[in-house]
Amino acid sequence: MTRNFATLPLLLLLIVISLPLTVMYGFLILDTFTDAPPGELWPDRFTLEHWRFLFDGGEIGNVWAAAGNSLILAGSMTVIVLTVSTTGAYALSRLNLPFRRFFLAGVLVMHAFPSVTLLIGVFFVLNLTGLYNSMIGVILVKSSLMLPFGIWIMKGFYDAVPWEIEMAGVQDGASRFTVWRRLILPQVKPGLVALSVFSFLDGWGEYLLPRILAPGSDMEVLSVFLNELIAADQLGFNFNLFKSVGVFYTLPVVLLYVIFQHRLMNIFGGGTKG
Amino acid sequence: MRLHLDNFTKRFDGNPVIEGMNFVVEDGEMLALLGPSGCGKSTTLFAIAGIYRADGGRILFGDRDVTNLPSQRRNVGVVFQNYALYPHMSVEENIGFPLTVGRIRRDKAEVARAVREIAELIHIEELLARKPAQLSGGQQQRVALARALVRRPGILLLDEPLANLDARLRLEMRSEIRRIQLETGITAILVTHDQVEAMSMCDRVAIMERGRILQIGPPTELYRAPVNRFVAGFLGNPPIVFLEGRTAGQGSFAMDQGLHLPLPPRLRGLPADRPISLGIRPEHFGTGGTAQATGRVTFVEPQGRETLFDIETAPGVILRSVQPAREDVGVGDIVTWPIDVDNLLAFDAEGTRL
Ligand SMILES: Nc1ncnc2c1ncn2[C@@H]1O[C@H](COP(=O)(O)OP(=O)(O)OP(=O)(O)O)[C@@H](O)[C@H]1O
Ligand SMILES: [Mg+2]
Repeated sequence: MTRNFATLPLLLLLIVISLPLTVMYGFLILDTFTDAPPGELWPDRFTLEHWRFLFDGGEIGNVWAAAGNSLILAGSMTVIVLTVSTTGAYALSRLNLPFRRFFLAGVLVMHAFPSVTLLIGVFFVLNLTGLYNSMIGVILVKSSLMLPFGIWIMKGFYDAVPWEIEMAGVQDGASRFTVWRRLILPQVKPGLVALSVFSFLDGWGEYLLPRILAPGSDMEVLSVFLNELIAADQLGFNFNLFKSVGVFYTLPVVLLYVIFQHRLMNIFGGGTKG
Repeated sequence: MRLHLDNFTKRFDGNPVIEGMNFVVEDGEMLALLGPSGCGKSTTLFAIAGIYRADGGRILFGDRDVTNLPSQRRNVGVVFQNYALYPHMSVEENIGFPLTVGRIRRDKAEVARAVREIAELIHIEELLARKPAQLSGGQQQRVALARALVRRPGILLLDEPLANLDARLRLEMRSEIRRIQLETGITAILVTHDQVEAMSMCDRVAIMERGRILQIGPPTELYRAPVNRFVAGFLGNPPIVFLEGRTAGQGSFAMDQGLHLPLPPRLRGLPADRPISLGIRPEHFGTGGTAQATGRVTFVEPQGRETLFDIETAPGVILRSVQPAREDVGVGDIVTWPIDVDNLLAFDAEGTRL
């Protein structure tokens, strides 16, 4: 780190600015474990009552099923995005494809395209193929919307791998596929890790698509589940329970971020140096 | 294995880069492809390796026509300029990689034995467990060489293998590569734009310019008897000096600026008043000979063992001299030094040597 200016004032400023956020998060966590007298801000007793929903679905329904559905959405999407991005980006980066420039431009345009505007078209397509109101439809749509980003990022990583490595591999007698799998893929691993975390988080947090494209599906994802809690007004004024479910929903995100934060930064560097 | 390029042609997007190139590298011989940047050295090399497809002509390994074979089936070892080691593999895995892919599957013990053998030849036994990032440039170079040789290829191709090394290491690796080439008896092609490298490491040197081979032969032959001005100017450091003038009577050479020199005996028969250029190598001025030139010293460059002088022998006519180190002559002195007339080179107006 370069020390061109004093870090202390900057640090103080950052702390002040982020204070409200920190306080809010602090209360969020606190509230899930405590109860406060009506009308008061400060809690006066500790309780695990608000976390009972984890074992007892009586009050709000089965949260684990919703979490499982979210997991399926995020997981399948990650697998699809990863598979298509790693292979597609390699082709775009290295192979002499016909229409390569067209594909590249297409990816870039798609990447910048506001996906909400596509919803109506997507709806018709899903209806036509009979995938409307199904989890598979949501997964496919969500993945394809994520793909331009994934392909573009992975292409950046592939581009950073020296051409000679590939040629050396071919000279050593390996097929193009072996070269890709054993020599190139290990070098874009940081990109793979970052991209999978990204797409997982993206899928996990997705609300709009499942809501619109599969409103009647019996596979309700966690975000929709959470929304339904307020909408249905089941809880009365039990906000602390609502907050607990919210924390439960956020936990995987925080966890993933903590584990992968260094790797995630890679994606912005776009390089493989480590 | 003998290598034969027969009328080889390569174009990029329709532009011919190499046109109708012919040469033969004999079994066990090491040939240098020497030429300025962009003349097509790497292109030729990569075509031999199978990375580029030939657009015309044939490439023969021994009697086998490999023109249309993919790289994987040519069994050629290549050392790239930046070594192209696989960063995620240890040195041992790097060297062993060629043995673990391809059609012939070898068991682990066999691979380990082959790797150890080649590592001993190249003197890198103690580096096998390291990753490429933990090696110095010279060591990486050795690993790249070991990897290229482990499959016992018929032909070894080296693309500017020493360009990324510092001066000392370059000297060391120069003799190392030659030693390994001689010990394995492999046919090798070295691409370089460093004449010293080409001349010191190889049996024969091919000088290339703009996709053509101008001359091919043993280094001393190229140096002593270059076919044209380009070759004469390319070889030799400090370089040869060209004097533009005309033949005059009695087998002599005259410049408009007033310098007169005798021609070498073999050229005395040239008709008078023909435009020619005379090439004088620095070592042929100031060390002995039958003619003399007088001039003022304009530049002195001591280089330790030798000293370099620039002498202005006529207005605007600078001759260069390299002599064993001496300090008795300084800038501004007037000197009269001998010229070795027998070793002068003369070229006609088209640049061909006379
Ligand atoms: N892939 C390519 N596409 C188009 N032109 C190319 C390609 N590769 C090389 N060339 C052109 O072919 C010519 C020869 O290139 P090459 O790389 O063989 O030169 P070189 O002799 O190896 O030069 P250097 O000493 O700089 O490495 C150059 O003019 C170059 O611009
Ligand atoms: Mg080159």
